[in-house]
Amino acid sequence: MATLEIDALEVRIGAAGLKVLEDVTLRVEPGEVLGIVGESGSGKSMLALAIMELLPGVARYAGGTLRWDGEDMIAAGPDAWRKRRGRDLAMIFQEPMTALNPVHRVGRQVEEVLVRRRGMSRDAARREAQALFQRVEIPRAAAMLDAYPHEMSGGMRQRVMIAMALATHARLLIADEPTTALDVTVQSQILGLLRDLRRDTGMSMLFITHDLGVIAEMADRVAVLYAGRVAETAPVREIFDSARHPYTRALLSAIPKTSGPRERLASIPGSVPALDAFPTGCRFAPRCAMRRDACDARAPRLRDATAGHAVACIEPFGYVSDEDGP
Amino acid sequence: MSRLVEIEGLTKIFERRGSLFFGGGRATRAVDGVDLTIAKGETLGLVGESGSGKSTTGRLVLRLIEPTAGTIRFEGEDIGRMSRAALRAARQRMQIVFQDPYGSLNPRMTVADILAEALTIHGEGSPAERKRRAAETLDLVRLPASALDRYPHEFSGGQRQRIGIARALMLRPSFIVCDEVVSALDVSVQAQIINLLQDLQRELGLTYLFISHNLAVVRHVSTRIAVMYFGRIVEIGAADALFAAPAHPYTRDLLAALPAEHPDMRGAHRPPPGDSFAPRTEGGCRFAARCRYAEPRCGAIEPKLETLPDGREVACFRAIDNSLPAAGERA
Amino acid sequence: MTSASPVRDLGLRLLRNRSFAVGGGLIFAVLLIALTADWLAPFDPLRNAFRMRLQPPGAAHWFGTDHYGRDILSRVMYGTRISLLIGGLVVVVTGALGTVIGAVAGFYSRLDAPIMRLMDATMAFPSIVLAMIVSAVLGASVVNVVVALSIATIPHTARIVRASVLVAREHDYVEAARALGAGDLRILFRHVLINCLGPLIVRLTYVFAIAILAEATLSFVGAGPPPPAPSLGSIIAQGRDFMREAAWITIFPGLTILVCVLGLNLLGDGLRDVLDPRSRS
Repeated sequence: MATLEIDALEVRIGAAGLKVLEDVTLRVEPGEVLGIVGESGSGKSMLALAIMELLPGVARYAGGTLRWDGEDMIAAGPDAWRKRRGRDLAMIFQEPMTALNPVHRVGRQVEEVLVRRRGMSRDAARREAQALFQRVEIPRAAAMLDAYPHEMSGGMRQRVMIAMALATHARLLIADEPTTALDVTVQSQILGLLRDLRRDTGMSMLFITHDLGVIAEMADRVAVLYAGRVAETAPVREIFDSARHPYTRALLSAIPKTSGPRERLASIPGSVPALDAFPTGCRFAPRCAMRRDACDARAPRLRDATAGHAVACIEPFGYVSDEDGP
Repeated sequence: MSRLVEIEGLTKIFERRGSLFFGGGRATRAVDGVDLTIAKGETLGLVGESGSGKSTTGRLVLRLIEPTAGTIRFEGEDIGRMSRAALRAARQRMQIVFQDPYGSLNPRMTVADILAEALTIHGEGSPAERKRRAAETLDLVRLPASALDRYPHEFSGGQRQRIGIARALMLRPSFIVCDEVVSALDVSVQAQIINLLQDLQRELGLTYLFISHNLAVVRHVSTRIAVMYFGRIVEIGAADALFAAPAHPYTRDLLAALPAEHPDMRGAHRPPPGDSFAPRTEGGCRFAARCRYAEPRCGAIEPKLETLPDGREVACFRAIDNSLPAAGERA
Repeated sequence: MTSASPVRDLGLRLLRNRSFAVGGGLIFAVLLIALTADWLAPFDPLRNAFRMRLQPPGAAHWFGTDHYGRDILSRVMYGTRISLLIGGLVVVVTGALGTVIGAVAGFYSRLDAPIMRLMDATMAFPSIVLAMIVSAVLGASVVNVVVALSIATIPHTARIVRASVLVAREHDYVEAARALGAGDLRILFRHVLINCLGPLIVRLTYVFAIAILAEATLSFVGAGPPPPAPSLGSIIAQGRDFMREAAWITIFPGLTILVCVLGLNLLGDGLRDVLDPRSRS
């Protein structure tokens, strides 16, 4: 059974009921790292919040299901979520400073989790916190337990957040742009650490990023999000070697390379549409080099092109309407 | 190669002001003895992590902040010694584009006002003439003249960045400092802006100082690249050579840390622990505490930039001695 | 993309704000009555009529009369005029000097500490005591009351302007203007102060209210503009001996002060909400 199974999820925002997420279908298998890649306005952060049931007040679930080990969470309600959040789910953010309490020592904050969630005694929690700090490669772990968040660098704070996620024995870690605010050398250390932890604990991860380089480093499978819809999902190698959605292809060729000849970048015209100006048909159609009239009729649904590789575009299939498939 | 900008011993010490009565305060050496030359028509990339002093260097070059020491020559003239009037005149030839496309445009001014201000300041042209020049410049950055009467909040991030570039171009400068100009943009828009900057460079014969933390972007646009670490340049050389065989151990770590371009290359390198907040050796090489090749002399004497046989300059004793192991192949 | 100008947009949002509309309506009404006192006032506010002493409110004298038989309604109308005049002058003086002092302190960091310490020292005095001292030293007159109240309200205003300048001058567009060759004055006026306007306007509506209240207090203790010209405070002061038998003498000018201060506070709240950039969705 999949750890997390999202089917046709729809999230709306505000009085006007604008769709931030529409028809989002995803699965995270046990031990798998699913990379979610998208630009600003793609809805990728809203997706993370929807999975945690931490949607801001203006947003609401408007359709679809979200299952944890088969349990329908939206139907089960807030109490069921709270249990999951404490036990099975953990989240790390772009800016760990906002997630740590500035007036408590970091060690104490980790101990708190161990005492509350795992029923440890204070002494045991202290020893376990130190072990966790060593596990996430915080130098001088014993001394750093007594540091306050502002006394640590961004990289070290992110390690503390990861230690907290480990403290809960979470089975799914949602990482929302966890390395975006970090320097490149520190990013590399954190990504390496997360890879090791995944190998050692078998933890699943949902890795949200705008950076295809981070995807290449981390993901087993990838979902490409554009303007609130999934454009393509595939195993990570297929995304890089044989992407089928025009958006994914354009994105890949818009990134400057660090080796080889320096050719003019392929750019995508226009910009990501605003929430209140989503096109009625395919969301990417106005910027797409391969657009046809049929693209404007309705948003194409995600369909398997090959096993495990699904695309929401009429082009790769060579048929006009996505209703009469092959 | 004719030199457009020559910088020698550039230093900026930020004094943290103490109290009026009790004094105190601490000094930070944000930029510490930087030597650089920028040739006419080239793009010099300036890379470094947070705290490296790269943005401060960019502002010092334009004398937007006053250097503590050092000289800056622009087209042979010493900018640091210029009178206010001379500096104002010189500003027509050197400009800056900023990172944040939201904070860099005054929200209460129309695009026409934002662009025409440059001409107003220098007393050029009638109002109608200024507006015509503004429309021409908008055309250069591929925006329609209909944008003139609109306000910044009506544009997307990429369009605002074009307006910021247009403002810098209004006085037809020869030199532009690009400070993290694509860092706040989406990948799909970032490519548009990079292409635009390259087109403008060709069309107008511009020289760029391109400051960024994004190494791939810097490699893509730069003729030469300078790598900064804690206020100093540790390596400078032709972009391709520097990426192919980085000489300084810090440059090597930096390049090794770049995320993979394909999943097959993932996790190829794992940089040593420590970050730019790591304690720094006093007196010796700034990188020595993090350097896996450090020797006793590295902690005692600060190495100066010296030229390698291939013309590259590097501030590392062991790179100059050629006693470093060959750079591992990069991911 | 909408291309409505921010000015028209602002006007629309102001009209839709309830605090602003109610406060603005009250102030407009008071202002109209004060300005038209010459024509609308039923009696000469200074003329004694001993036969009509201490008349309760009635058909002839809507607000009653005082112990000299003067018509309270007429006195309140003229008194409001003086109170508003003093309030208005204080707003102008405080607005001008507070802005200059705050802008200089915020813009030139070298001058910041000395200027602001001086302002802090001034703020350390209770403003009403400060105003009484000034009034006592310079003598009681409309001008001196304005001077006294301005000295009392400038420090806080300067502090607000300085804070806004400190924020506004850090914007990249300020640095961009400097890179284009703009001088300090141009940067200050075109790019910095314009973005301090919101907090300043809001502060000045409160200064207006404070000035009206303080003028009443000064008049009440005899440090206000000299008699016989009525101000709201002096009418109340004169009425205090008759509180038991003729409460109307103090009630009506008191209510007028209440309406003015309430109106100005509502106006200020409305402006604060509308000018806050976060209020623009």
